[in-house]
Amino acid sequence: MASTLTASADEAGIPVAASAASRLASWQTWGAILLTPYLLVFFVFVLYPVAYGFWLGHNPESYVELFEDPIFIGAVVNTAIFLIVGINIKMVIALLLSGFFAIPRWWIRSLGLLFIIPWAVPSIPTILSLRFMLNPEWGVINQVIYNLTFEDGPNWLNDPSLGLTLAITVHIWKSLPFWTLILLSGRLAISKEMYEAAAIDGATAPQRFWHITWPSMRQLYLTCTILSMFFTLGDFNSVYLLTGGGPADLTHVLATLGIRYIRLDRVDLAMASIIVALPLMLPLMIFMMRRLSR
Amino acid sequence: MRKYLTEARLLLVGIPVLFWTLIPIYHLLLFAISPKEAGFQGKLWPDHPTLRNFELVFGQKHHYLINFWHQMWNSILIAVAVGVLTLFVATAAAFAISRLRVRGGRIIMNMALLTYFVPAAFLALPMYKAMGTYGLLNSQWSLILAMVTVATPYAIWVLKQAADKLPLELDEAAIIDGATAPQLFRHIFVPLMTPSMMAVGTYALLLAWNEYLYAFLLLSRDVDTTLAVALGAFLSADDSPWELLMTAGFIYALPPAAIYYAFRRYMAADLTSGSVKS
Repeated sequence: MASTLTASADEAGIPVAASAASRLASWQTWGAILLTPYLLVFFVFVLYPVAYGFWLGHNPESYVELFEDPIFIGAVVNTAIFLIVGINIKMVIALLLSGFFAIPRWWIRSLGLLFIIPWAVPSIPTILSLRFMLNPEWGVINQVIYNLTFEDGPNWLNDPSLGLTLAITVHIWKSLPFWTLILLSGRLAISKEMYEAAAIDGATAPQRFWHITWPSMRQLYLTCTILSMFFTLGDFNSVYLLTGGGPADLTHVLATLGIRYIRLDRVDLAMASIIVALPLMLPLMIFMMRRLSR
Repeated sequence: MRKYLTEARLLLVGIPVLFWTLIPIYHLLLFAISPKEAGFQGKLWPDHPTLRNFELVFGQKHHYLINFWHQMWNSILIAVAVGVLTLFVATAAAFAISRLRVRGGRIIMNMALLTYFVPAAFLALPMYKAMGTYGLLNSQWSLILAMVTVATPYAIWVLKQAADKLPLELDEAAIIDGATAPQLFRHIFVPLMTPSMMAVGTYALLLAWNEYLYAFLLLSRDVDTTLAVALGAFLSADDSPWELLMTAGFIYALPPAAIYYAFRRYMAADLTSGSVKS
């Protein structure tokens, strides 16, 4: 169809070209009109709020107070642990599981359908369900421990390090399916012929992984890890719904700390606690922007 | 023999994965079908499974659940509004950037990507303050517009990636045919992009239905809030009826699961193919 149309345009010659040029001008007008809704959303609900947030957090004294608040320092440490430990464990498991789910078996495909549930359903019911399982008195976990050992299990969420570990576990439970799915589609995109050739050469499974799978997936893995970092920094639910930042505000992360300051009516501290994370985030954001807009 | 050994090794991975995935969800269901108090006994299946809790929730027979149906309706309304608005804003933008090659399109795509990377909990606080100055707090529009803001960047990016793959000859042919931009949009772009648009609309709808943080920041009156906030309110009291919370939570989790499975082929193909391009 395209070729016949191009041919007829050639016959018509210059007039068509001129009208095509005016057409392009009208396309620019339409383009501007169609971009307007998004630009409105961006300016009204992103740019203005962000500028307003910077203004609310402009007082240097807020930062002095922030750095003198032991809960803030604790939250920074917790956030760092959450990111470094949580993301790396999650992504390595996702990479390994993507290999498992790539195996052609009917039952593995069915399992894959179930595996996605934690990601597809809302956080509130599932995280609260886990919270009740961990209840020290009547939660199912401690009852099992009691029935097996005749001793009381730990007071899971009342111990800051256990609480944070469990919050990280909940985060992994919730987001592991998504990253496994993405890495799985990356794996399935690798040409089968490479594996067949390797099999003929007698390559072992680890050799196939290091010489075929990993080189093909390295870039995707890096993209996913950094994206996951942004999402994890913004993961409010895993901590808030499980521990609520407690006990004694010892399990807060930056995502929940801002809400705590808002509740204490300290908007300036809330904004300051976000602004201090920017020097770390901005370079990565720009790096990712370049990466994805290619 | 060797074959069975392989299968056994695979099961050794598969069975833990199955338990890891399903235990919290099974626990949720177990609470929902157990009589009051029985859920606490740590049994694998209740002695007397009952639908009594569902009756209580659907009949709004607890003071925490007085507005259950109202909040369910709010959740539906807000999720559908976010899905439709996001689809409209993002499709228009992706068409302008990818097919009309509007000037500045690349910069706008980059701004959208940067917005996508801002952690949701970080944007929530300035958004909350800004909604206050706009006088939108406690209006459902505030949550709808906030969720559209959060959903559009990724939506535009996915649609632009898909639109870039459409053959350029289609547009050239349309120019020569004398098609205007709206005609190109209606007759070529939308029909070819329908699968991706389904994926993006579903993504935005699920995002809004599942959202908790923005909903509890922006809406505070019981009659305005969504089910997510109503469920979160159970947390604040010591005498909360846990079995009813779990039942209501189970009901709340069903629609997104159903929608996900119904639209899975669109979701899997489009939402992930966008990310795969590394």
